[in-house]
Amino acid sequence: MDLHRKYDFKNHHFAGEEGRLIPLLQQAQAMDGYITRDRIHEIHKNSGIPLTHIYGVATFYSQFRFKPVGKYMIRVCHGTACHVSGAKDITEACQDHLAIPSGETTADRLFTLETVACLGCCSLAPVIMINNDTFGNLSPKDVKKIINRYKKEGPKEAAQ
Amino acid sequence: MMKILVGLGTCGIAAGAEETYRKLSTHSQADGAGFQLGKTGCIGMCYREPLVEVRDDKGARFTYGAVSPDKVDRILEEHIKGGKPVDEWLVWSNDTVGSDKPYLDNQSRIVLRNCGTIDPESLEDYLAVEGYQALKRVLDNKDPEGLITQIIESGLRGRGGAGFLSGMKWRFARMAAGKRKYVICNADEGDPGAFMDRSVLESDPHSVLEGMAIAAYAIGNVSVGIIYVRAEYPKAIERLNIAIKQAEERGLLGDKIFGTDFEFHVKLKEGAGAFVCGEETALMQSVEGKRGMPKVRPPFPATKGLWDCPTNINNVETYANVPWIVLKGAGAFNSMGTENSKGSKVFAMAGKVKRGGLVEVPMGITIREIVFGICGGIKEDKKFKAVQMGGPSGGCIPAELQNTIIDYESINKTGAIMGSGGLVVMDETTCMVDVARFFLDFTQRESCGKCTFCRIGSKRMLEVLTRITEGKGRETDIDLLLDLAQRVKNTSLCGLGQTAPNPVLTTIKYFRSEYEAHISNKKCPAHSCNQLLTYSINDLCTGCLLCKRACKFDAISGEKKVKHVIDMSKCTKCGECFKVCNFHAVARD
Ligand SMILES: Cc1cc2nc3c(=O)[nH]c(=O)nc-3n(C[C@H](O)[C@H](O)[C@H](O)COP(=O)(O)O)c2cc1C
Ligand code: SF4
Ligand code: SF4
Ligand code: SF4
Ligand code: FES
Repeated sequence: MDLHRKYDFKNHHFAGEEGRLIPLLQQAQAMDGYITRDRIHEIHKNSGIPLTHIYGVATFYSQFRFKPVGKYMIRVCHGTACHVSGAKDITEACQDHLAIPSGETTADRLFTLETVACLGCCSLAPVIMINNDTFGNLSPKDVKKIINRYKKEGPKEAAQ
Repeated sequence: MMKILVGLGTCGIAAGAEETYRKLSTHSQADGAGFQLGKTGCIGMCYREPLVEVRDDKGARFTYGAVSPDKVDRILEEHIKGGKPVDEWLVWSNDTVGSDKPYLDNQSRIVLRNCGTIDPESLEDYLAVEGYQALKRVLDNKDPEGLITQIIESGLRGRGGAGFLSGMKWRFARMAAGKRKYVICNADEGDPGAFMDRSVLESDPHSVLEGMAIAAYAIGNVSVGIIYVRAEYPKAIERLNIAIKQAEERGLLGDKIFGTDFEFHVKLKEGAGAFVCGEETALMQSVEGKRGMPKVRPPFPATKGLWDCPTNINNVETYANVPWIVLKGAGAFNSMGTENSKGSKVFAMAGKVKRGGLVEVPMGITIREIVFGICGGIKEDKKFKAVQMGGPSGGCIPAELQNTIIDYESINKTGAIMGSGGLVVMDETTCMVDVARFFLDFTQRESCGKCTFCRIGSKRMLEVLTRITEGKGRETDIDLLLDLAQRVKNTSLCGLGQTAPNPVLTTIKYFRSEYEAHISNKKCPAHSCNQLLTYSINDLCTGCLLCKRACKFDAISGEKKVKHVIDMSKCTKCGECFKVCNFHAVARD
């Protein structure tokens, strides 16, 4: 697929090829789940932006990943409010339950566990997000239950 | 007809508001339902989500808290059909009932004027509350200079952290030479523990767009505005996109706004997860598709910003104030607040406070009034210890200084900063050394790496703080931290490094004895630092075996119905036994 052509340039104001780099990388990650080597080369070929520059930018921003991720991305908030409300216990519960350290993906490629800084629902601390759904006021036990629901029922039902 | 509104901000949705909405919608479609169902944004009482508001024809408003789907039937039966509010679930009303009335009644809402009252996805709703009237007035007046003077006179200062006079900034950008200029809205909101900008964007996106358009007109030669918004805020992005499209279709944004020659297009730019990109020069680098590394100022963005063009950058909340000031006048704004801090400020209240959520208060109110008067004091009535203001750039203000007033200069005097509005409340169980460690961990990870002391100095400070919390602190460590802090402050290029030591400096200043307890006595007075705790089993033990099974390290021995014992040489201090015991028999010290 020609990522570059698919990208909607007309509605993007950001002057020059370089201004489009971050949206291009974001789109590549949305398509593949992570940034693949092939996409980087594709962007380079189509835009003429030097490879070193593309890698430099891609590695600077924590949003970009270079490893495949699971179907469900679990983000445990470690912002200030969540930190003082027991985020550590939540991360530990996830790690125990999935048997992976934070930053890794389960062998069945179902879950990836990450810690992030503030999801913006601090008054519900501690908070986690699974893909685009947010869960608040959690105890370690709740987290295990939620993960089990995702395992069994898939995202639609589990998010209810 | 009665109207029922459900708060569908991120907090509400996380608490299950969508289910409540679905349940209500099955009823609203029935014949003779007797009410109309609507959506709104963040009502502000995040601690009581899901929130549902009932409005009758006479203007009475009743807000119910924690409305799970199972409460819907009774509210419909008694309130909608029977006309009698269900008092026990009411949290607020514009009548006399409601358990948490002080929370909303003691606020002064300018920025949040429409949050939780209008449907953020409806342009009609915004137009009905004088939406885009300020922009229209500005275009009718054709007096950008006078407009800037009005904003200066209002005393509005930037709400993104530094507190620079917004009107002055606009004037610099207006005076700068250039055929093409930009305005940017900083919605990166990176401070962990803050969510004001998210709520405003989710609940009242048009007010921010209108504020940007007014700024664009005031500065002149601006046809494009950019909103740089965090990728972690999907709901805000979705609603902004809807709002931009609606406004363009109505001729309120885009070409020929209100039929004039004024042209203004707004573009969204999603951040990519770098805290430093909240810093204005780094943000512009990022929009240009580069690594988000701050640049030396001057030149300031007002003369040389995005693509080297004069650029005005303001925070979300700053822009949201603008339409109100244009409509109500500079005097209405500057009659509120203190001598040098005018108007109101929105705070995101979180942490160990009973009522956490969004509050907007007039400048000049004390910290105590916010924490106790509005937010109802500390959870479980524990002891109030400190508030953290300004996030990683700010500091901890101790309970003794709770009479400090909210005003840029007074807060600065304590060593904290006003910041963007994150206010995290801490109680006696929060360890202040751990809080300092937490922020340093954050800043050293987010340092862009350009300046040596910010990059490495902050790492060294983190190591020292970590070893203190692990009981390996040395007598010289406090002095070492103070020394490093000064060096990091003095040699850093941007605000991130210059302010990174603030959490450490303020905690040492106000809670030095806590540092000393960690270092000299190897004790954590807040019982929070795991490595410094010792676990033992006391006489309350019933011998239930629970802790023995829970201990993953075989550190507990004991028979059924016999008091158990912990083997200190095996215990890793994981705390599991403390958590599982139902008889308060595990002691932690
Ligand atoms: C490390 C760092 C992070 C910042 N993050 C933000 C932010 O998330 N939002 C914001 O509005 N300003 C942030 N600022 C302040 C901006 O640089 C800038 O001062 C502000 O956007 C100007 O808007 P104002 O005048 O309306 O406050 C940050 C500054 C620094 C040094
Ligand atoms: S102070 Fe830190 S974040 Fe700022 S430019 Fe220097 S290294 Fe980068
Ligand atoms: S869980 Fe509590 S009561 Fe039960 S054996 Fe352990 S210490 Fe004793
Ligand atoms: S603190 Fe952990 S390791 Fe120590 S006795 Fe309790 S459960 Fe076992
Ligand atoms: S600190 Fe966790 S949501 Fe803000």
